Amino acid sequence: MEKRVVFRSAWLPYALVAPQIVITILFFFWPAVQAVWYSFQLQDAFGLKTQFVGLQNYAALFRDGNYLESFKVTALFSLLVAFFGIAISLVLATMADRALRGAMAYKTLLIWPYAVAPAIAGVLWAFLFAPSIGIVSYVLKGWGVHWNWILNGDQAMLLIVIASVWKQISYNFLFFLAGLQSIPKSLIEAAAIDGAGPLRRFRDIVFPLLSPTTFFLLVVNCVYAFFDTFGVIDATTLGGPGQATNILVYKVYHDGIKAGDLGGSSAQSVILMVIVIALTVVQFRFVEKKVQY
Amino acid sequence: MRFKHLVVAMAVAGAYSTSALAQTEIQWWHSMGGALGEALNGLATKFNESQKDYKVVATYKGSYPESMTAAIAAFRSGNAPHLLQVFEVGTATMMAAKGAIVPVAKVMSDAKEPFDPKAYLPTVTGYYSDLKGNMLSFPFNSSTVMFYINKDAFKKAGLDPNKAPKTWKEVVAAAEKLKASGHACPYTTSWPSWMHIENFSAWHNVPIGTKQNGMGGLDTQFNFNSPLHVRHIAMLGDMSKKGLFTYAGRTNQGDAKFSSGECAMFSGSAGAQAGIKKAATFEWSINFIPYHDDVKGAPQNSIIGGASVWIMGGKKPEEYKGVAKFMAFLSRPEIQMDWHTTTGYVPITQASYDLTRKSGFYEKNPGADMPVKELTNKAPTENSKGLRFGNFVQGRTVIEEELEAVFSGKKEAKAALDDAVKRGNEILRQFEAANK
Repeated sequence: MEKRVVFRSAWLPYALVAPQIVITILFFFWPAVQAVWYSFQLQDAFGLKTQFVGLQNYAALFRDGNYLESFKVTALFSLLVAFFGIAISLVLATMADRALRGAMAYKTLLIWPYAVAPAIAGVLWAFLFAPSIGIVSYVLKGWGVHWNWILNGDQAMLLIVIASVWKQISYNFLFFLAGLQSIPKSLIEAAAIDGAGPLRRFRDIVFPLLSPTTFFLLVVNCVYAFFDTFGVIDATTLGGPGQATNILVYKVYHDGIKAGDLGGSSAQSVILMVIVIALTVVQFRFVEKKVQY
Repeated sequence: MRFKHLVVAMAVAGAYSTSALAQTEIQWWHSMGGALGEALNGLATKFNESQKDYKVVATYKGSYPESMTAAIAAFRSGNAPHLLQVFEVGTATMMAAKGAIVPVAKVMSDAKEPFDPKAYLPTVTGYYSDLKGNMLSFPFNSSTVMFYINKDAFKKAGLDPNKAPKTWKEVVAAAEKLKASGHACPYTTSWPSWMHIENFSAWHNVPIGTKQNGMGGLDTQFNFNSPLHVRHIAMLGDMSKKGLFTYAGRTNQGDAKFSSGECAMFSGSAGAQAGIKKAATFEWSINFIPYHDDVKGAPQNSIIGGASVWIMGGKKPEEYKGVAKFMAFLSRPEIQMDWHTTTGYVPITQASYDLTRKSGFYEKNPGADMPVKELTNKAPTENSKGLRFGNFVQGRTVIEEELEAVFSGKKEAKAALDDAVKRGNEILRQFEAANK
């Protein structure tokens, strides 16, 4: 029988969640409503003249072929970041979960990058991969790889994926590690006694039992790739070469903050918001069904 | 012990606040980092020591776009600084914000401080004045684009190191020889749009946009897709394909490629000299930017880059008096000379240029006067006195994206420039609508 804890007081539960609700309204709903409101307006940079223009900002966006192109770039980028971010950290977490000498130090080191600001991560990788002075570029040159992400769009994409994934691995790693530690040892031992090898045990026991964590990370990583990565891009490729790394959120940042076009930038952020909401709904409707709690 | 500290601290704070009360503070937000920031702080300190009534407080607010964004946000919440340093591409945005700024000419005449726009170089005055000739912002740090060569690399390639290429034909020929001598990067550039579209147009006396490059009204249209422009960008695309030109990036990444010796020829800001002087382990020279010799009237004159100081609106009259005093201080020839010789920015008044020449600075620093000479090569025309396009921060990004498509071989020059013009015009129309 399910045991429920019920509050007797009528107001206490509301009082307890109130701070969280206030914060959510103040920092999430309020700005979101403002963005929607701004997206129907045309305003000069200083806010001296404001006109209501209806859907004009949206119409201008969809007339722009480059904006539509940026959807493709964003899809590719998010897919790569979410996939590699999750896959690599899963491998690392499984490795770190075993009883190793100095496991503590190993784990600490893996968690560190999470404390690094996105812009700094971008600069770091941009230095390593700088076409003429970067160490990695130098090594690649030795192997006969012509590395120049300043002009090569694919390499530019690779660079921002590496930087973004590297930053996110720590976060994913933490969750996977916690997930792994909550899997009962007896299950794994029983499977081992039955003669299942490490790979088999991982496939049939560990991975399915980790699926709630994996699902959660999938959602979080998609949101991360969509919203949190503009710092990396601003510090490295600036969306170039051409439009190769101009993902939606970077364009929002560039047009709104750097170029002072609040209406256009707000319209873009509303579109972005709709996409991420839709994506999250899809994930919960369809992917979650495969999750075993 | 702790009590003693507290007393001292309070006494100091008290002294500070009384002196602050007596003095009128003038906030100045700027974007000069590093050595340039030190030079700027030096100016403020000198002014503060020269009189007692006003105190200029200079604050570094990050890069040009960052400090402009910060000031706009501050203005919206009613806390704008008195003075704001704005880069040249932000000029149109500031100019259109009539309620947010006060023209420098008005502040000066209200305060009865002497101010003569004619004292400035014509290319400088033109850039920051409205059509009636009223100076709207105070020209501060101006540079222009120059052409640098690595003389040692020229020698090694069998080229005359004392004869820098004057035309683009000669640049290509030199690049081929440099390449043959084993130089991996014959030519590179910083600021591709500023150099290869904006200054290129002025230097060849062709327009970037209608209505005198946007100075004549907000209904301007870009037209930098002329056959001459297409030919030039196609030439660069071709050089890129053949390995004669290495694209370095959208801002000043080319500077390091030249000063490290990687690239033998380079076009970049006159302000790059300081860095090159420090880093280069080879002989180099600074020259006029190349031109296409079959274009009639070329070379014309180059246009400025850099920034000017805008006076924000809504402040008290006595504060504007202090602002006027500070502007008058900054206009003094000896102050201008000091700024020019320590930073490498162009001397922007005729008087300071003359003073610097008389001081013998140019004999000791050959080439330091090349930027002024290039800016004043001829009397500026409608096409070469500057440009004023709304939201040009976005406009430049569009140009740079399209140029990258050419340099990477993804697009033909004609298609890329047509697209840049089309996309750029959308931005101009939006700006026009927002500032009607």
